[in-house]
Amino acid sequence: MDVRTHMSMIFHLDKCIGCHTCSVACKNLWTDRKGAEYMWWNNVETRPGTGFPTQWENQEHFRGGWERKKGKLDLKLHTRLEGIFKLFYNPSLPGLRDYYEPFTFDYQNLFNSPKKDVQPIAEPISMITGDPIDIETGPNWDDDLGGSNIYAKNDVNLEDLPQEVREQMNELERLVFNYLPRICNHCLNPACVAACPSGAIYKRDEDGVVLVNENDCRAWRMCVAACPYKKVYYNWNTGKSEKCILCFPRMETGQAPACAHSCVGRIRYMGVLLYDADQIPTAANVPDDELIAAHREMILDPFDPKVIAAAKENGIGDDWIESAQNSPAYKFVKEWEIALPLHPEFRTMVMMYYIPPLSPVVSVTEKSLFRLDLMQEDYDFELFDRLDAARLPIKYLANLFSAGDEGTIRTVLRKLLAVRIYMRRKTVHGKVDSVSRKTLAEAGLTEEQAIDMYKMTTLPTMEERFVFPNYHREMSIKAILDPLTHKGEVGLGYIQQPKRGE
Amino acid sequence: MDWNQFLFVVFPYISLTLFIAVTIYRVVYRPFTVSSLSSQLLERKQLYWGSIPFHHGVLWILLFHLVALLTPKVLLLWNAVPLRLYLLEISGFILGLWALVGVVFLFWRRLTVPYVKAVTTRIDILVLLLTLISMLTGVLTASLYRFGSVWFTGVFTPYLWSILTLQPCPELVAPLPWLIQLHVFNNFALLALLPFSRLIHILSWPLDYLIRPWQIVIGMRDRKATK
Ligand code: HEM
Ligand code: SF4
Ligand code: SF4
Repeated sequence: MDVRTHMSMIFHLDKCIGCHTCSVACKNLWTDRKGAEYMWWNNVETRPGTGFPTQWENQEHFRGGWERKKGKLDLKLHTRLEGIFKLFYNPSLPGLRDYYEPFTFDYQNLFNSPKKDVQPIAEPISMITGDPIDIETGPNWDDDLGGSNIYAKNDVNLEDLPQEVREQMNELERLVFNYLPRICNHCLNPACVAACPSGAIYKRDEDGVVLVNENDCRAWRMCVAACPYKKVYYNWNTGKSEKCILCFPRMETGQAPACAHSCVGRIRYMGVLLYDADQIPTAANVPDDELIAAHREMILDPFDPKVIAAAKENGIGDDWIESAQNSPAYKFVKEWEIALPLHPEFRTMVMMYYIPPLSPVVSVTEKSLFRLDLMQEDYDFELFDRLDAARLPIKYLANLFSAGDEGTIRTVLRKLLAVRIYMRRKTVHGKVDSVSRKTLAEAGLTEEQAIDMYKMTTLPTMEERFVFPNYHREMSIKAILDPLTHKGEVGLGYIQQPKRGE
Repeated sequence: MDWNQFLFVVFPYISLTLFIAVTIYRVVYRPFTVSSLSSQLLERKQLYWGSIPFHHGVLWILLFHLVALLTPKVLLLWNAVPLRLYLLEISGFILGLWALVGVVFLFWRRLTVPYVKAVTTRIDILVLLLTLISMLTGVLTASLYRFGSVWFTGVFTPYLWSILTLQPCPELVAPLPWLIQLHVFNNFALLALLPFSRLIHILSWPLDYLIRPWQIVIGMRDRKATK
């Protein structure tokens, strides 16, 4: 057992209101620069929809992630030798069209325009060439267009759904959508690291953050193509690849990453997960239907004395172990087993997790009127026993979060519903009845767990949502270094601007 | 000092010095600026027709030049059989043409596509111009003065070695036609330009990719050591 530590984020999708505050916080902090305008290290997409960049999940086209070939795990993008030959031109690289051409408006024209008969306008101009452009698409062009025939229809996760279900999702009266905020997943088996010919991308040992060493990056841009989540971006101005850094400078000083900190829906949680690095290669290489189980197996119990001993053996401090014990991430992923990885079948072993959303019931036509398909007797149980009546098809969620396995999604949704029913009885009806207890038991939860889940979902304080260990950054200066030498460098040394080379 | 002395002794040494000193300085102290500065994100169709032929052509040609320089005997032995000589000459010529076509595409793309122009510096133009001259004079030399793979070892191998061993013999290149002289001079100019331009990417052969482990994990400190 090789115990390591990881900072993980949980996204509670039921709570996301699609406000994009997270994306804007991130943009303001990190990517408001020339060459990075088109990057969204954090983006929020409407699902069903095609996401950003368009159709990023279509790996037949973009060739991201890993593939099992004869029992061995290999990059889908290339073999090592092919990688070398594709340096000069990488056919799988997304083009600017797959993202969008960043634009601004010629506001100066409003002030400087000569006198005319008509009002001056601020024409849209490209932020790359500076020329006027016709804006054809932009970030979140398909926001909230759950049923659109142009976007939602092309969602690859819909492909293996029955035709009638797909059509039903396109009917205005039955429309449904949810939001999917995405950042880099800081994977345990990252394809971006594996694809980089320069070896410029690495994973930090202490918290698992995956970083690009910009001094080593040579713009071979294999990482951009290899990441199945398309979360490495190429800066066309500096000629270097960039990606989400999980706000490590903030985490090192005990603050939550900007996206999580600013989240209006308070959907995000962060905490330490302990995992067994020895299990990564095997867990990434099991058949599709065993992926979730293997992934959960790899996350270790921070209360288990054997795990604690092995963690200490690996030099993990007491405060990190304690932090792992208080971690909300651990509760969601392992204890309650309701948080799932996004697209586990890409086999990069992501370390950010999602709690799939509940959705309203579908409507039925009655005398050419639409009405919700509710059972009259008991509204509470509208979905618990009839998950197939949910507007978001189970299969669709399964394609997103469990490599197509509907059983996993059903289990999670039933847990969420059982807690909801239980708490509704408790707070609205004033008493818990045997039926709601039975529901809980059927979903595999105890009353205590239900109350914990409820509290963690609806009432958590900032400190409960974000549990950060002390990074002890002061101790990472090597003992052999003269501390005064280091002191001389900090803030006073020669700072190199990240300028484009000639 | 006559022209020959300047062009084929003084200039090569200036360019070699710049190449070595500035390259080391840039790689060590300005690593952020070292990049191939790919523009594929902005424009890909013409890049496909430019970059692939150009690089595949130029890399083989460079390899042939290197073999001729380092192990001229191998080349001479290979050429001992006329059929093999023709084979080498023809493939060299085709590769040169291939690279020439590529560089023309790249140049055209740099000058005409607005997205590429947005990331084009004067040095980029200079690089492509010198490269174009290099390919053009090379291909012309190959077609006008046949069997370069034979006389290269007789003229250039000793000349280049004389430069590298600090006993310059410019008289070896003095009698050559101006076209070939231009080819030589131009390539020294490219060498001098290398550390100041994107050409520096030539030195970052990522060949260790073939053997390195897939994953890389780095810590701020060695946990076990500070336990
Ligand atoms: C070591 C092997 C080499 C590799 C891996 C390599 C790789 C690359 C890459 C990735 C690009 C950027 C293409 C793009 O825009 O996406 C590039 C551009 C370029 N390379 Fe190379 N290259 C190599 C050798 C060379 C050599 C030997 C030369 C010339 C003597 C050369 C000259 C150029 C030039 C002039 C460009 C700029 C093309 C433009 O105008 O966009 N390269 N190279
Ligand atoms: S999600 Fe992040 S860590 Fe995973 S492959 Fe993509 S860029 Fe790398
Ligand atoms: S800030 Fe929070 S609620 Fe708003 S879009 Fe982002 S993740 Fe969703």
